[in-house]
Amino acid sequence: MTTLLSYDDAIAAFDPAMGLEVHVELNTATKMFCGCPTEFGAEPNTQTCPTCLGLPGSLPVVNRKAVESAIRIGLALNCGVAAWCRFARKNYFYPDMPKNFQTSQYDEPIAFNGYLDVQLEGGEVFRVEIERAHMEEDTGKSTHVGGATGRIHGASHSLLDYNRAGIPLIEIVTKPIVGAGARAPEVAKAYVAELRELIKALGVSEARMEMGQMRCDVNLSLRPHGREKFGTRSETKNVNSLRSVERAARYEIQRHAAVLTSGGTIVQETRHFHEEDGSTAAGRIKEEAEDYRYFPEPDLVPVAPSREWVEELRAGLPELPSVQRKRIQADWGLSDHEMQSVLNAGAIELILATIAEGADAASARKWWMGELARRSNEDGIELAALPITPAQVARVAALVAEGSLNDKLARQVIEGVLDGDGDPDTVVEKRGLKVVSDEGALGSAVDEAIAANAAIADKVRGGNLAAAGALIGAVMKTTRGQADAKRVRELILERLAAQG
Amino acid sequence: MPEISRDEVRHLADLARIELDDAELDHLAPQLSVILESIASIAGVAAADIPPTSHALPLTNVYRDDVVVPCLTAEQALSGAPASEQQRFSVPRILGDEQ
Repeated sequence: MTTLLSYDDAIAAFDPAMGLEVHVELNTATKMFCGCPTEFGAEPNTQTCPTCLGLPGSLPVVNRKAVESAIRIGLALNCGVAAWCRFARKNYFYPDMPKNFQTSQYDEPIAFNGYLDVQLEGGEVFRVEIERAHMEEDTGKSTHVGGATGRIHGASHSLLDYNRAGIPLIEIVTKPIVGAGARAPEVAKAYVAELRELIKALGVSEARMEMGQMRCDVNLSLRPHGREKFGTRSETKNVNSLRSVERAARYEIQRHAAVLTSGGTIVQETRHFHEEDGSTAAGRIKEEAEDYRYFPEPDLVPVAPSREWVEELRAGLPELPSVQRKRIQADWGLSDHEMQSVLNAGAIELILATIAEGADAASARKWWMGELARRSNEDGIELAALPITPAQVARVAALVAEGSLNDKLARQVIEGVLDGDGDPDTVVEKRGLKVVSDEGALGSAVDEAIAANAAIADKVRGGNLAAAGALIGAVMKTTRGQADAKRVRELILERLAAQG
Repeated sequence: MPEISRDEVRHLADLARIELDDAELDHLAPQLSVILESIASIAGVAAADIPPTSHALPLTNVYRDDVVVPCLTAEQALSGAPASEQQRFSVPRILGDEQ
């Protein structure tokens, strides 16, 4: 059983330093070094060729689009772009790379020395310095057979699908992040979140963490306050959601602190993150520095992006998320607090997409931040992962705007879409969710309500308009919610004024 | 003069997953040293104004467009595999830890 120090005690005694390594899978049509397609979910081993299978005699050729994406990422991260750099072989034996090496970059990354400013809750801005961003290729996918539930431990053999081998990856490495103190885990999360937004804004990847398009390793070490040197670090691999990044950093701070305060030493090792309880567990121990015997890739010539090309790409960068956020907050007239909740919910793009589908800003925000945010919380999944599209939300908003649905019915329609009953119009039809717009039927429901609640009706006649609420409620009850409350109110007031 | 120690040869053999016994190490370490020395003699020829190179061709920026080309079928891809299962390459149990 791992002992943890309480978070407050850990922070009272130690200063954390973090290093974050993020891998981003580019959305190019083809792989990094060959023309094989990169589509997700294809049948196993149907997107391979001699090059990505590492067969003898095959020669890699660099994908220009991948280099372009790498440069654009570098520029957006305020990095310098190498005038000349090479690929290198990272040698290791593991069946996920059929070549027995991964083509990567070593001491000559395409982009280096940048920074990304991230905003924390409460508005403070923390600058995360970027060490480098380099190009490499993804590995194949292993399935372990014969052990318990696909774990490598106890497996009898493993099966490899090389469709993913060779898909372009950009690895973005931070400099040590120090000085965040108790907020280190929050900084880690905010950094990965900001990076994800940036990557999406650039259009170089969908950066969906749940699909492995963006993966994060969290390196962490501690030093006692007042000491200059940090202790041994641990590397927690493949932390694949924003929440997990924060939890992994927090857990490691508490674990390191417990070990150090009890006089123990931290072992340099990789650790695996467990999503279920937010803990990490020891993996491979690094007895010695990794020995990958990097050397320049002889099969690929150097990459030397011309300054003209780099400047052209710089000029073509889109509005960056931090700038866009300020503009949106002003456009939508949101308070800092409201803006923060939209951001925390990861709703900006969904709202923008919904507006692009024809909804007005207020209703787009209302549905995503209301009903849908509630469902995403309940189900414990991210907003974007809910089975509803911005177009569908826009359609619901349109139905409300034209008066075919009221808010209550609209919520039921959204529920129907989420339950997989189809598009909003299909759900409306299937479940019979239309506002009663038949004026005759509505009128008699109103008359009934007035007759049944004579005392309340008198109050309304006497000028107490608030009392009309009870009558509206009664009408909504008899129409089982399928009336437009605004119209009902108008009808009630018309009738009571006429009678009075 | 570069010299490669017996321990270094053992380490390289480990990295290359080659099992060498003591006799083989005794035999190979001096041989590798000779090879390294021979290659190092090139360094004596290169003057200070000749930078090390990794490529024989004076080329940079050889790219291809991001256009899909036909790839192998799964049958073709797996045709050279010693064993396959579920349309995947089958490999022996992986010892040690996940990378």
